[in-house]
Amino acid sequence: MSVQVAGMAGAKADGPLKLAVPRGALLAGTLDVLDAAGVDTAAVRGESRSLIFPGEGITLVTMRPSDVPTYVEAGAADVGITGKDVLLEQADRMVYELLDLGYGRCRMVLAGRRGDESLGESQRRLGMMRIATKYPRIAERYFESTGRQVETIEVKGSVELAPLIGLGDGIVDLVATGRTLEENDLEVREEIVECTARFVANRVAHKLRAREIDELTAKLREATAP
Amino acid sequence: MIHPIPPGTRDILPDEMRELRRLHRAMIEVFETRDYGEVATPSIEYDEVLARGDGRTAASAYRFFDERGDLLALRSDMTVPIARLVASRYADAEWPLRLCYLANAFRAVRPQRGQMREFAQAGVELIGAPAPAGTVETLDAAGLDRAVIGLGDADLYRQLLTELEVEGEARDAILERLATHDLVGLEVELSQAGLAAEQVDTCVALSQLRGGREVLDQARAIGGAAVERATARLGETFGALEERGVAERVRVDLGLLRDLGYYSGAILEVYDPAIGHVLGGGGRYDGLLKRFGIDLPAAGFALYLERVHVAQMEESRREEPS
Repeated sequence: MSVQVAGMAGAKADGPLKLAVPRGALLAGTLDVLDAAGVDTAAVRGESRSLIFPGEGITLVTMRPSDVPTYVEAGAADVGITGKDVLLEQADRMVYELLDLGYGRCRMVLAGRRGDESLGESQRRLGMMRIATKYPRIAERYFESTGRQVETIEVKGSVELAPLIGLGDGIVDLVATGRTLEENDLEVREEIVECTARFVANRVAHKLRAREIDELTAKLREATAP
Repeated sequence: MIHPIPPGTRDILPDEMRELRRLHRAMIEVFETRDYGEVATPSIEYDEVLARGDGRTAASAYRFFDERGDLLALRSDMTVPIARLVASRYADAEWPLRLCYLANAFRAVRPQRGQMREFAQAGVELIGAPAPAGTVETLDAAGLDRAVIGLGDADLYRQLLTELEVEGEARDAILERLATHDLVGLEVELSQAGLAAEQVDTCVALSQLRGGREVLDQARAIGGAAVERATARLGETFGALEERGVAERVRVDLGLLRDLGYYSGAILEVYDPAIGHVLGGGGRYDGLLKRFGIDLPAAGFALYLERVHVAQMEESRREEPS
């Protein structure tokens, strides 16, 4: 006798590959790259408010960028696209990072109020800085690796607000053009890391649907080649 | 009134327990019919004994003092306690020795991730049988008639990096990237280690090779002594699996690395298409018993029982017409 752990028959790598597509800032670039790679994105570009778009070989599932690692790690989506900032912040998610797609380029920075020395002053007089951020883990790792102590304050919304009204000495945030910082009288003090869109895969799907994933990776590589 | 239990632990109630027991009995029966005798070891051991196995990666997350002030630890797997047991109780045994177990082990969890601190494992350990026969036998003994098994080689990249003269921190960083399968980072680390663009491409391409026997030829075409040795080892194991008629369920995977430090040579992982998680794994750990004073080759294999149970349920759901 044997243990019927699972049936390849019933649970065959079935149906189209599920690809998690990030909504928001990365959406336009993602759809362009997918088009170039031969994936039909017309339905996502349409007016529909649905979240799942079944296709021939690939089903597109749209979600918040920060949810992509969660869905891909669990295998609910086989592959996905999200920003490196999300992957760094959720470094404990076990997903395979297969490709740097190159678009959606932005910088994770430490910023403070223009002409304001409270970052340095807190560091000198209190021994630590108070940093408001949506990326507490990236911030903590960065300051730890540069030998400084910080108190990170996690906020969910517009983080630029925090130092302006006295919540923290500075912020760690993602900057694309720098306009939002400028408009809020903030300036970049240090650059932490550059982030672009990445193609990720579930570790089991990467093994069991190797051919499909390799083909898609190759097409995406071609579509994003400089 | 609600009394809390620590996160990552749980109670099991009769409906689930009934199904789990059925699974447990089936597992042990499979192992026993293949001549693997069941053993049990204490959940707590001396910390220094467990640390012998592999202090860095298999170290216990839970350590405490007993009434005499000795440092005790909760086991984090069963392979190390069984290595200890074999060295102390079976030093004069006739080899190979076949043991199996069904036991709980304990690991640290990351917060908010639904991971279990205490989990059940069923597995086999085959001691004193060299590769590839031993590896093949343990695979067969696990009774995994239908799951998919990934077969890789733990020594491939260690030897490859030695061949490329990459050492120290750069080497660790590269192995870390390989283990987490961060290909973008891998390319960066390889370049920073001073490898030529061509060598970087070779390493990255190698880690992406997975499939049937053809993978071994593709790897050989990439070349190098380390690759040659690894593909020869894998080829032998794969050949033996073919003889047993189970090769079609096995995917050779040159990107496979497991995080437990004691593996050498063949490494295995079990997948179920129904769930995105690894069901279990194992491999050869030819150096582990030496750390306990007997120098014997060994191989083992363990399945996470809760995950197997989930996979079974997913299976039955999919089979029911909806």
